[in-house]
Amino acid sequence: MYTQALNTQDSAPAAKSDPQADARFQARVDAEEKIEPNDAMPEAYRRTLTRQIAQHAHSEIVGMLPEGNWITRAPSLKRKAALLAKVQDEGGHGAYLYAAAETLGTSREQMEEQLLSGAAKYSSIFNYPTLTWADIGIVGWLVDGAAIMNQIPLCRCSYGPYARAMVRICKEESFHQRQGYEIMIALCKGTPAQKQMAQEALNRWWWPVLMMFGPPDKDSLHTESAMRWKIKRFTNDELRQKFIDATVPQGQFLDLTFPDPALKFDAGTQHWNYGDIDWTEFKRVVAGDGPCNRQRMKQMRAKHADNAWVREAANAYARKRQQRAAAMPIAAE
Amino acid sequence: MTDTPLLQYTLRLADTALVLGHRLSEWVGHSPVIEEDLAFGNMGLDLIGQARSLYSYAGEIEGKGRDEDALAYLRDAPEYRNILLVEQPNGDFAATMLRQLLYAAFAHPYFEALARSKDAMLAAIAAKSVKEMAYHLRHSAEWIIRLGDGTEESHRRAQESLDELWPYTAEMFETDQVEPALIEAGVAIDAASLRATWDKTLDHVLSEATLERPRDGYMQSGGRIGHHSEHLGHILSELQFLQRAYPGATW
Repeated sequence: MYTQALNTQDSAPAAKSDPQADARFQARVDAEEKIEPNDAMPEAYRRTLTRQIAQHAHSEIVGMLPEGNWITRAPSLKRKAALLAKVQDEGGHGAYLYAAAETLGTSREQMEEQLLSGAAKYSSIFNYPTLTWADIGIVGWLVDGAAIMNQIPLCRCSYGPYARAMVRICKEESFHQRQGYEIMIALCKGTPAQKQMAQEALNRWWWPVLMMFGPPDKDSLHTESAMRWKIKRFTNDELRQKFIDATVPQGQFLDLTFPDPALKFDAGTQHWNYGDIDWTEFKRVVAGDGPCNRQRMKQMRAKHADNAWVREAANAYARKRQQRAAAMPIAAE
Repeated sequence: MTDTPLLQYTLRLADTALVLGHRLSEWVGHSPVIEEDLAFGNMGLDLIGQARSLYSYAGEIEGKGRDEDALAYLRDAPEYRNILLVEQPNGDFAATMLRQLLYAAFAHPYFEALARSKDAMLAAIAAKSVKEMAYHLRHSAEWIIRLGDGTEESHRRAQESLDELWPYTAEMFETDQVEPALIEAGVAIDAASLRATWDKTLDHVLSEATLERPRDGYMQSGGRIGHHSEHLGHILSELQFLQRAYPGATW
């Protein structure tokens, strides 16, 4: 979903590099060959990708919380089933992405530890609350919509396991986005109270969703090497503009008003111009002071700690079974 | 209550499926491992799917234009007809899995039998459900064996949950005045006839799990005539919130 990791500075000590090997690697990437788990790759490439895929997986898992928040309150059985299936899909994406990241040599347990300790990040968008049912429509329409913009180019990412995972994930996300938009249509065609609920949700989510594409290109730290390695194919600003151009007509069809007085179509460039994004808010939320950062981490840690006994039991049982299986042939002799 | 026996019977099945499905859906995002989030999602979707088919059929039988949502969202707790077992709180992972085992060990043979019902619609819904309940039974049984035969703590938790849920098990096998005519007509299933199958399944799993089957004491009952535990009202206040807060809206 979420390429925020490509915008954060790698704080680990600089990796040793071998110029000749790096050149061979770069030639393969330039030739659009897929890099596979056992292939040689620069340490920095491995680190960048591990961080990116792990953060993507964490985002899927943490993202289950704000959406799961409405499963028990969905307004019809059809919506309830659809939302349950959607949140389940996000969990599936998480599991699938952890597996892709594991091919780079970091275990799922290590990645989970990093999330719980706060060393690893997840997409900041999930630090915003889902306050009404309309938020579930918005998350599908806009959050998944923005994610798709980010993810479709990742289907061509140079790293094979990630690229292949993204193909499958993109298909499901497209379905989620249509579902979300369908929720919005129902609300906007509904009673005045429902329409107001939809508008109010758009007002709260629009700017944070635009921030999902990361800082403007002039301030983005990682774009250059990520582009060269063909992990990233478009810059933050390019993707943001594509998203806005695709989304504004959809909002107009719903007869909703975007909370940006500067939003205006430029007939010359054929793009929508938009107002200034409040990057201080973005930095503040990434740094931990969004509306739900503490709540999300608390939920994740509680889930981990409260269920530790289940995982221990499963391990203990597996060990016992192994021991019994090992003892059997002896007993048979 | 003037509902026909077939309507009451169908609503009992529908409400039981919905309430249990709702309970399982509460876990999604909060499970011990991601794979269990997926499993709870699957099982919850199965049950909610069963409920939707059954409610739609109930609406047809009733013939008053109520659809699945009118029946699920606009009846209050005393009108709900689910068994008490399924409305019991999730508790910890052991309690949820035990509740699932106790129910699935019953529902699997029940739907197997109902798939031969003379009522074509009930038979069709049951035929689909029987495959789903086979999975619920296998999944919950595997976990109960792991937990029972896992660590001291998991064994203790599983045994405590078993003891706590046991008084709600007899209700599954009861028949009241609603059902005999339907059973006679080959439409409904005589649940009492499934007792031996349930006992056998359960005894096998509990013995593998090194858990002790509780002695039958006083058994709680009443859900199927609308006498519920305090828990159901809270489930419904959540489930029905939007329909109640915005009457008549379409979502």
